[in-house]
Amino acid sequence: MSAAPQTLFDKVWQQHEVSAESASAPAVLYIDLHLIHEVTSPQAFSVLRQRGLKVHRPERTLATMDHSTPTHSAQVFGGAPIAIDSAARQVAALEKNCAEFGVELLALRHAQRGIVHVIGPELGLSQPGQTIVCGDSHTSTHGALGALAFGIGTTEVGHVLATQCLLQRKPKAFALNVEGALAPGVTAKDLILAIVGTIGVDGGTGHVLEYRGMTIRALDMEERMTVCNMSIEAGARAGMIAPDETTYAYLAGRPRAPQGAAWERALSAWRALPSDAGAHFERTVDIEAAAIEPMITYGTNPGMVIPIGGQIPARPGDAAFARALTYMGLTPGQPIKDQKVNVVFLGSCTNARLSDLRQAAALLRGRHIARGLKMLVVPGSQQVKREAETEGLDRVFLEAGAEWRESGCSMCLGMNGDLVARGEYAVSTSNRNFEGRQGAGARTLLASPLTAAASAVTGRVTDPRELM
Amino acid sequence: MHAFTHLTSRTVVLADANIDTDRIIPARFLTTTTRDGLGKQLFADWRYDANGAPRADFALNQPTAAGCQVLVAGRNFGCGSSREHAPWALMDHGFRAVISTEIADIFRSNALKNGLLPVLVPEAVSAWLMQHPGVEVTLDVAARTLALPDGRQVSFPLEAFAQHCLLEGVDELGYLLARAAQIEAYERRA
Repeated sequence: MSAAPQTLFDKVWQQHEVSAESASAPAVLYIDLHLIHEVTSPQAFSVLRQRGLKVHRPERTLATMDHSTPTHSAQVFGGAPIAIDSAARQVAALEKNCAEFGVELLALRHAQRGIVHVIGPELGLSQPGQTIVCGDSHTSTHGALGALAFGIGTTEVGHVLATQCLLQRKPKAFALNVEGALAPGVTAKDLILAIVGTIGVDGGTGHVLEYRGMTIRALDMEERMTVCNMSIEAGARAGMIAPDETTYAYLAGRPRAPQGAAWERALSAWRALPSDAGAHFERTVDIEAAAIEPMITYGTNPGMVIPIGGQIPARPGDAAFARALTYMGLTPGQPIKDQKVNVVFLGSCTNARLSDLRQAAALLRGRHIARGLKMLVVPGSQQVKREAETEGLDRVFLEAGAEWRESGCSMCLGMNGDLVARGEYAVSTSNRNFEGRQGAGARTLLASPLTAAASAVTGRVTDPRELM
Repeated sequence: MHAFTHLTSRTVVLADANIDTDRIIPARFLTTTTRDGLGKQLFADWRYDANGAPRADFALNQPTAAGCQVLVAGRNFGCGSSREHAPWALMDHGFRAVISTEIADIFRSNALKNGLLPVLVPEAVSAWLMQHPGVEVTLDVAARTLALPDGRQVSFPLEAFAQHCLLEGVDELGYLLARAAQIEAYERRA
């Protein structure tokens, strides 16, 4: 064992090396938890079948359905057929694959079903010090608990199913130090949008980010998940936050977290995980939290982001930038504030947890969304939905004129038919504003749940602090 | 996987930076349970207009693009989603290599697993290729070189293990399966 100080990432990586990397071969990395869903797993199960392989550790694998599933209650619970035939076939294929290979499935009508990155932490399955993978790039979310969690492709889903391992080259470590207090009305979403805007959409390529500093320590677990979720939007392999008392308090008593003596053992192992003093990071960036304002994107990648009071920037001679603005129907120098909005989407693995819904509901209570505007509220999981309904949040959204749906990825990527129409503007609490992401020709403005709710009320891009 | 030793082909250029995987294949085409036939949906919203007709100004729709197996793209190609449908669609269309100054991590990993060669080149080489669309280039996997028509040989990084898999046409799963005893020993001590 080396006595050199290690980062959180170094420790988790080293603890999972079946064999270390060498000049000729990558490391064989053991995976503690493999989450699968209907869209990126069918071709992996086909490979197992072709090669006559079994799932090596079914007890370390959990399946759910979220990406292409309907959010209309009639199609989820009411016996109506899933409107999109190919999506229905994916759902059926996952049911068949899980039954045949002995993998636990939280199926369409299951009380614990939800977006894969919401249910992992919610069930207490995602834990500090684990390696967690899923065929989805937003697997970085689980890094909020101090896990090394990253997205993989379908071929790698097959590798993990068959061997519980992956071949990996070790990424570099990147420290993001955030100090100071976030101002009222400024959320974890605004923080991560500001970070992506600062380091760029490829600023984290080849690196694992560790979010550090007093600002991060002061975030609750759901806020930490929002931050880690968008690590991939800076190109990073993963994002991590050292576990602390906030983490342990969140996990204690969750159904799949360790209990009793096992909890005490886990806790003592988790307490050894935070980066050692003097641990080496290949790159470090400092962020001042107090300077951050509510942020909103104006372009076609998450790095094209400005404070809500700002103006669309100009980049003379940059043809791709000009094309992005043409796609968005925006012009340099124009304020983003007061831009007309057609759709508001409150949902996704970034911002559809209970605290997100509470924030938006607090702003919407006693108000109504703008005439002609469509607002979709899609809870991150069925549990979030039940908890929100217990608090009466569903009534707040419905009375404000919004739609209240069953959980799923929904309009974040529009696979299930929840789409933004061509040319329309959507203020969305999701994570990607890529061309066509929410529908062909859809124009996405990424923002926080507060900004989304405020913009729903006025029908225009609105600084939430004006309504708070 | 087929062995990949050499490739000589003309190039198609998509100069934009940050071409994301939603652009490569939009999410609405991911409701499939196979990996076949995705080439027709490659760059769908860029390549076809709202009525499904090919856009004349899109590079892949030019007659000269037919048969080109090398895509030259702007920085940070393949960013965004982990969907392996992106390299599947590129390969189904006929591409076998992507040249850029930077390729996103997950896309790069997915590409290599399917025999789509990611080729990282310096800024000046990329700029030259963008100014000369359609030139014939040769990629040599064993030598890790890109040969340009003016005789320049440009080295590109390719780690030894990935190179071995390409040259032999083998995939990683066999390597992992052969380590079953080591994996089970790890499971016993963990």
